[in-house]
Amino acid sequence: MRIRKHPILSFPEKDSVPFYYNGKKLYGIEGDTIASALHANGVKKLSESINLKRPRGFYCAIGNCASCDMEVDGKTNVRTCITPLKAGMEVKTQRGKGRLHGN
Amino acid sequence: MVTSECVIVGGGPAGLSAAKELLEAGARVTIIDRNERLGGQLIKQTHMFFGSEKQYASHRGIDILEYLVNDLAPYGDRLEIRTGTTVAAIYQDKVLGCLKDEKYFKIKAESVIIATGASEKALPFENNDLPGVYAAGAVQTLMNEYGIKPGQKVLMVGSGNIGLIVGYQLLQAGIEVKALVEAADRIGGYLVHASKIRRLGVPVLPKTSIKRAIGEDAVEAAEIWSLDENWQGIPGTEKKLDVDTICIAVGLSPLTELLQQTGVRVEYVRELGGNVPLLDEGYRTTVDKVYACGDVANIEEASSAMVEGRITGIHAARDLGHEVENAGFRIKALQHELYDLRGGPPGEKVRQGIKKREVLA
Ligand SMILES: Cc1cc2nc3c(=O)[nH]c(=O)nc-3n(C[C@H](O)[C@H](O)[C@H](O)COP(=O)(O)OP(=O)(O)OC[C@H]3O[C@@H](n4cnc5c(N)ncnc54)[C@H](O)[C@@H]3O)c2cc1C
Ligand code: FES
Repeated sequence: MRIRKHPILSFPEKDSVPFYYNGKKLYGIEGDTIASALHANGVKKLSESINLKRPRGFYCAIGNCASCDMEVDGKTNVRTCITPLKAGMEVKTQRGKGRLHGN
Repeated sequence: MVTSECVIVGGGPAGLSAAKELLEAGARVTIIDRNERLGGQLIKQTHMFFGSEKQYASHRGIDILEYLVNDLAPYGDRLEIRTGTTVAAIYQDKVLGCLKDEKYFKIKAESVIIATGASEKALPFENNDLPGVYAAGAVQTLMNEYGIKPGQKVLMVGSGNIGLIVGYQLLQAGIEVKALVEAADRIGGYLVHASKIRRLGVPVLPKTSIKRAIGEDAVEAAEIWSLDENWQGIPGTEKKLDVDTICIAVGLSPLTELLQQTGVRVEYVRELGGNVPLLDEGYRTTVDKVYACGDVANIEEASSAMVEGRITGIHAARDLGHEVENAGFRIKALQHELYDLRGGPPGEKVRQGIKKREVLA
């Protein structure tokens, strides 16, 4: 669902960036955030509400609301809408509240 | 600990404009923004701006952003830019707790300018938490910054300028807009924007709102209904729309959380978007050497955010002991620009709000 034709903006071809979503290999492109790459792959559900487990997608896309929190390379509560995608990242749907980072 | 003469939190039009004035006056400046790119809301604004020539009217937001950033280039040695960095806390001694790549560090500032902008409001309706219900600015970010379609068929809720402009931008990206609904009895934004999307066949429906979103794991449809004069839905008028995305454009509220950690006085002023800091004419808050400007002080426009940023920068530079050439004259001229920007009926609300804030201060 990438935009190909636009009257004002141009989106040149960019190198693809492989990553894993719940174990499945997907591809984003250079310049993507984790959330934008997932969305381009048709993945809209990013997280689950803590108690009722309702599906959540992104809402603000600028790091304000935490609706896009996921587990990335073992770290929980990563705001995927402002985290740049890197090759080989392991992105997972987070269960529950997550843990504090660090040791 | 890292130190800085002036830390500016937020690299949108307000923060960048303040930086320019401070640097010109000889100050050492640090700009911090949690986004990877500077520019704030301007990054995604592909449309031409309104306003006067002085604030780059008829230029596109994305181009204005470039001018603002280029303006800072000559001062590279005194300017530190930290993008991808979130300011998570501010202590009362002006120590900022920052988060970059999951690492926490502190910066001690002599003065702080908060230009964090605003966040988009949510709207209560059944299933409003389903994936596919997105804030309008988020849809804009996805399309114009990352080149991704939020969906194929969209319902837009809200007819302020943001709803109208993003509605048009969706069409430009080749996405179908099934309808634009507005709870009030008239269009909120400029009529030129409304006519533009009407001409392209989008039904613009006043006195109408969303009743509920329908779907399991994501939006599969939306139900809209007509509202009576008390803004209550009228049973029997429901209409189901075949959409996969619901775009919410019902206003912004200032992002003052960080600002409030410094202990500044904040009051609720409806006309300015919610809780806003009390300020003097130099954009000084009630805490010494803490300033606020742009959307975080009053929800308005990039044009006024730029002018406010410059006035703030001049005052902050002088408060730090820097000489600003012709300061009095330049501040007057900038205040005049603000006065012009806020003239006429569209500026009525902001004018009232600012008056209220002055009285409270
Ligand atoms: C769809 C749309 C159309 C618009 N059209 C126009 C128009 O035609 N003309 C016009 O004049 N205006 C327009 N505006 C309004 C204009 O974009 C805003 O008023 C303006 O961007 C406000 O500037 P700002 O610098 O105060 O805030 P912003 O541009 O929002 O910038 C704030 C910055 O602060 C950063 N930030 C926030 N919190 C933190 C933190 N804790 N740590 C680090 N960084 C942080 C953010 O990442 C952001 O970059 C439009 C807005 C939208 C959404
Ligand atoms: S969508 Fe709001 S923080 Fe990511």
